[in-house]
Amino acid sequence: MITVTNLNKSYRTRSGTVSALTDINLHIEKGEIFGIIGFSGAGKSTLIRCLNRLEEPDSGSIRIGETVITDLKERELRLARRKIGMIFQQFNLFDSKTVFGNVAFPLKAAGYKKPEIERRVGEILDLVELGGKAGSYPSELSGGQKQRVGIARALAGEPDVLLSDEATSALDPQTTHSILELLADINRRLGLTVVLITHEMDVLRHICGNAAVIEAGRIVENAPVRELFHNPQSDTAKRFAGIYDFYNNTGNSGQLEVPKPEQREAVLR
Amino acid sequence: MREDVVDLLWEGLRQTLYMVAWSSVFALLLGTLLGITLVVTDKGGILAAPGVNKVISTAINGVRSIPFIILIVLLLPLSRLIVGTTLGPAAAIVSLSIGAAPFLGRIIENALREVGDGKIEAAKSVGAGPFTIILQVLIPEALPALVRGMTIAVISITEFTAVAGAIGAGGLGSLAIRFGYQRFRTDILLGTVLLIILIVQILQWSGDYIARSIDRRRFKNG
Repeated sequence: MITVTNLNKSYRTRSGTVSALTDINLHIEKGEIFGIIGFSGAGKSTLIRCLNRLEEPDSGSIRIGETVITDLKERELRLARRKIGMIFQQFNLFDSKTVFGNVAFPLKAAGYKKPEIERRVGEILDLVELGGKAGSYPSELSGGQKQRVGIARALAGEPDVLLSDEATSALDPQTTHSILELLADINRRLGLTVVLITHEMDVLRHICGNAAVIEAGRIVENAPVRELFHNPQSDTAKRFAGIYDFYNNTGNSGQLEVPKPEQREAVLR
Repeated sequence: MREDVVDLLWEGLRQTLYMVAWSSVFALLLGTLLGITLVVTDKGGILAAPGVNKVISTAINGVRSIPFIILIVLLLPLSRLIVGTTLGPAAAIVSLSIGAAPFLGRIIENALREVGDGKIEAAKSVGAGPFTIILQVLIPEALPALVRGMTIAVISITEFTAVAGAIGAGGLGSLAIRFGYQRFRTDILLGTVLLIILIVQILQWSGDYIARSIDRRRFKNG
């Protein structure tokens, strides 16, 4: 479904060129939930934003379905983006629009007729369990509800792919759980391919089949999530697995915190 | 107080309101165009064109650095060209509009810049084009800030009309100079000042009211 080949991206800063992504190769199957995990600054956000070209890659190619995203001109890219939904850590809802208006936005932009828009928005709001909130403004919603609106907006154009840029990082554990359930449910029901980036091992464990580990702009490991837990190869994966085991063993479900080396050694042994 | 006071002040008020209203409309149209262009053509904007941005920005700074009373004199030929005269309220509207447009452009630019990049990216990510983003995201999201900014600008235009009155524009400013200053008519001077204060108060109050009601609708808990 998604194939990334030899992708590179660098930023020019005052002190020179900084490489954000180096020689990324990925293959994501249709209908799977694929995770990309890494610590802050590893380049995972840049990577997912390259997939719909919110960031322009320097070189390499990205293919989604039959479309080579990296070859598209501006206008073609706009059409292609209608089939690639995206949700964000900060939700990025429009405060000036009601829940209905937010979800209707992609459909209006695509030139749908009013009755069609009303029908579709109604259906999608039911799917994300916000049927009664169509007339509310985002400020009246909880974080979890806001992200549900974000998901509904991303799904309005019936995309084939959903990109999730740390979509649960601003939510508490319980809400995170319910949003992940929703994503898994949508994945099952609509056969949607989901790519999600996260710095939380729990998110991977809950819903991802396969995952890539990104470290300093390179993919250092790409494996089924179970293997990442049981037999981590890269430093990043080991640290994540260590963190995970550490909390699992102590029953601590608080915030992530890098365990001290001796604790980590203990769990790894 | 003489019996001509009411008639004079009424005529002055009428002319001032006429100038403020039309100058505001034209300056708003021009300023909105300038403000939007500044935001979208900026580096990283949705229609990035740094060259265009630089030219417009420099032109705005240029016009803004000319003291208004001198700008009016500079624009007299343009007034003659457009309305056929350099005197009276109609002629003043030309100078007022052009003088205030760059100021409004900056105010609108500032209001639009407050709209978070994330919202614009969200719009891009569903395939919205630049014009949809401008009309459906940038302007509605910035609306309360736009209204507050425009209130400031219309009040400035009111002040400008008073200045323009000094060189033949008519209105309350002209009354204050011709009667209050040159003919020692303190009653007229005080009358014009009171009326201008009243206009400014009403404008500020209306602007605040509109911006607040938009905010209140969107942020019921806040």
